[in-house]
Amino acid sequence: MTAPGVRGFVLEALPGDEQNLLSAALATLAEAFTVIAEPAAPGAGPRRRIWLDTFDWRLYRAGLVLVFEQARRGGRLLLSQADGTPQAEQAVTSWPRRPPLDLPEGPVRDRIIVLTRPRALLPVVRAVSTASVTRLLNADGKTVARLVADRITVTAPSQPAASHAATSQTATTAELAPRLAVTEVRGYPGQARRASALLAGVPGVAPASQGTFMAALTALGRHPADYNSGVAAEITAAMPAPVAVARLLLRLLDTVESNVDGVLRDIDTEFLHDLRVAVRRTRSAVKLLGAVLPDELAKHYQAEFKWLGDVTTPVRDLDVHLLGFDAMAAQLEAASPADLEPLRAFLARRRAREIRRLAAALRGPRFRAIADDWRKALLEIRDTGSARRRPPAAVTLALSTTGRAFRRVATQGGAIIPASPPESLHDLRKRAKELRYLLEFFAPLHDPVAYRKVVGDLKQLQDCLGDFQDSEVQRGEISSLAEAMLAERAAPAVTLLAMGEIAAKLARSQAQAREEFAVRFARFAGPAGQERVRVLLEGPS
Amino acid sequence: MKIFATYNIKGGVGKTTAAVNLAYLSAADGHRTLLWDLDPQGAASFLFRIKPRVKGGGKALIRGTKALDDAIKGTDFDDLDLIPADFTYRNMDLLLGGPAKGNTAKKPTRRIAQLLRPLAAEYDHVFLDCPPSISLVSENVMHAADVLVVPLIPTTLSVRTLDQLTEFVAGFDGHRPQILAFFSMADRRKKLHQETIKDLQAERVNVAATPIPSLSLIERMSVERAPVTAFAPRSVAARAYRDLWAELGKKT
Repeated sequence: MTAPGVRGFVLEALPGDEQNLLSAALATLAEAFTVIAEPAAPGAGPRRRIWLDTFDWRLYRAGLVLVFEQARRGGRLLLSQADGTPQAEQAVTSWPRRPPLDLPEGPVRDRIIVLTRPRALLPVVRAVSTASVTRLLNADGKTVARLVADRITVTAPSQPAASHAATSQTATTAELAPRLAVTEVRGYPGQARRASALLAGVPGVAPASQGTFMAALTALGRHPADYNSGVAAEITAAMPAPVAVARLLLRLLDTVESNVDGVLRDIDTEFLHDLRVAVRRTRSAVKLLGAVLPDELAKHYQAEFKWLGDVTTPVRDLDVHLLGFDAMAAQLEAASPADLEPLRAFLARRRAREIRRLAAALRGPRFRAIADDWRKALLEIRDTGSARRRPPAAVTLALSTTGRAFRRVATQGGAIIPASPPESLHDLRKRAKELRYLLEFFAPLHDPVAYRKVVGDLKQLQDCLGDFQDSEVQRGEISSLAEAMLAERAAPAVTLLAMGEIAAKLARSQAQAREEFAVRFARFAGPAGQERVRVLLEGPS
Repeated sequence: MKIFATYNIKGGVGKTTAAVNLAYLSAADGHRTLLWDLDPQGAASFLFRIKPRVKGGGKALIRGTKALDDAIKGTDFDDLDLIPADFTYRNMDLLLGGPAKGNTAKKPTRRIAQLLRPLAAEYDHVFLDCPPSISLVSENVMHAADVLVVPLIPTTLSVRTLDQLTEFVAGFDGHRPQILAFFSMADRRKKLHQETIKDLQAERVNVAATPIPSLSLIERMSVERAPVTAFAPRSVAARAYRDLWAELGKKT
């Protein structure tokens, strides 16, 4: 029985010369071992593997590699660390054609689900390899190690393009340099070491510096972690403000466009979520920083992005209900979770209808015009500077807008008293979000420590405001869903009662958030909080 | 983990060839299989071209100073591993009676069973190839095994041996291995062989329907140093072992 080989080599041969180099390697091994070819097992075909990750590379970022080894029927999922150390393994009976939202139960799923949920696993690289195995025998004719020579063809599966710019440069198929691996036979570790040492001395045989997966990504021109939903645009303090804003907006537009395909194919709910966040950020940026852009441009796209945000809202609202459905059902005390099932079915039906509407909008001319014309306009500003003769520097714009946004939050929040209507908190939430976006847009220009402190406080305030508003919105939605279900005669009495219980719970958590508000706000906008913002904007005194 | 042991008080009746071929067939079926060559002569180790040597000898294994796991060697076949014989196994009776690390069983007859327990996650089938004798080693093996696979030369005397063994095992407290005997080295030209096989197969339920014939190809294993089921898979001998393995699968 062989243990998985950890000693990997790459044949650095000129194309067409691989066979000669392999022969040279075998001749070297023949000095110490009897070398015989192992006949291929009957019925053994090429080895097929698919590496999987989420669209935003969650496994890669966690230092994990997940591969599906296809067998004649079904196959095995193997999870390892980036250095090849095995982590978990799971048999799978079949691999669905569509990307799975959830893996079947098993050790691999248990290990990764907290990382990946709610994202789907997508094929990142497919590989077909043909291995030739050579046995290395000792003087007794016993196999004491094996040399596996692998010829691997890799393909990039069709999938959502990670970045707008990268699509055109990506190769779809590539041949990897042949790889050699010495695999150990149990109980004979010294012999495998000896064979590896001999191979390492053969000119043209180099230790493999990267695993097959990374080599495949390199060959296919893909960069791991080439997608993230952040806003880190390449801006500097001295850059003219219009150029910095254009770069920022282009980065957001890339994020919008990167997610469209995943939304259209309805792969997982995060595509739409990321798209919407990018749209919201765009709207805030145009609103708060649009003064440095040509007037008409800002005005026009403010309206266009509002439209885009609005067409995505119904599906996202339903996604939120469905994603939190089990947790919501689990909280029921008087009613049983099963009572809520008609609501789940109702939500799913609605979602199917709404996603068709959304897809039509994203495939339509209005969206295409936004994507193309907006990009063109932004590129022009980025590359030629602004029409204004003396635009301010990016840092000036950053400090003035961020300071103003902070003062707005401080003033509006300070005016809120226990008797204030809920709308005042909703408004404050919007202002807080604008401040957060501005901080994030200009993060590269701020001192990282001061930045973290301010954002930390702000985040807590936002969470509290979010809980307050989400509870209210969801309560409103529960009652309008109940009405809609009644109108469609899809509402059993037990379901309505269960929905009533949910609404009551939401009211309680809203009241709790309202109670916490004063503390959170004081922490953010009180004297200490103001000092932290002053340090951020002016530097330490 | 299911443990098979090939056992007979007599030597030269085809125990090792059965253990080697059945273990090979088990692995070929995809079961993770381990063969422990307990016979100090080391015939099973020789047939797999593995040196009959264990670091620290039988003493280290039985006393537990060396984990059984560290003594395992991979054979040339997928899913088939072997714990080699060692000449010190000739003293195994003494070792089994002596002190041992982590010996919670206390009874010297349960030590081998105890040593095998940690391998349960790693192997589906274990084959124990026993030295011929009645000793503390064989008693250990009988307590460890789920199935005793007993080769019989088709003679009246060997039938008595089977009866004795059955009676002996029946006297065990608690776990008792199932016994399945088969005729080994059967010669179709000998009338006595034919009659004994026919009579016994009719009389006893624990005698396999498949006899292993006496064939020179089976003897050739020591020249090829491989199971006959591997180097001559289409031969009569290989077919007989395959039938026996299938029968073992059904009856045990």
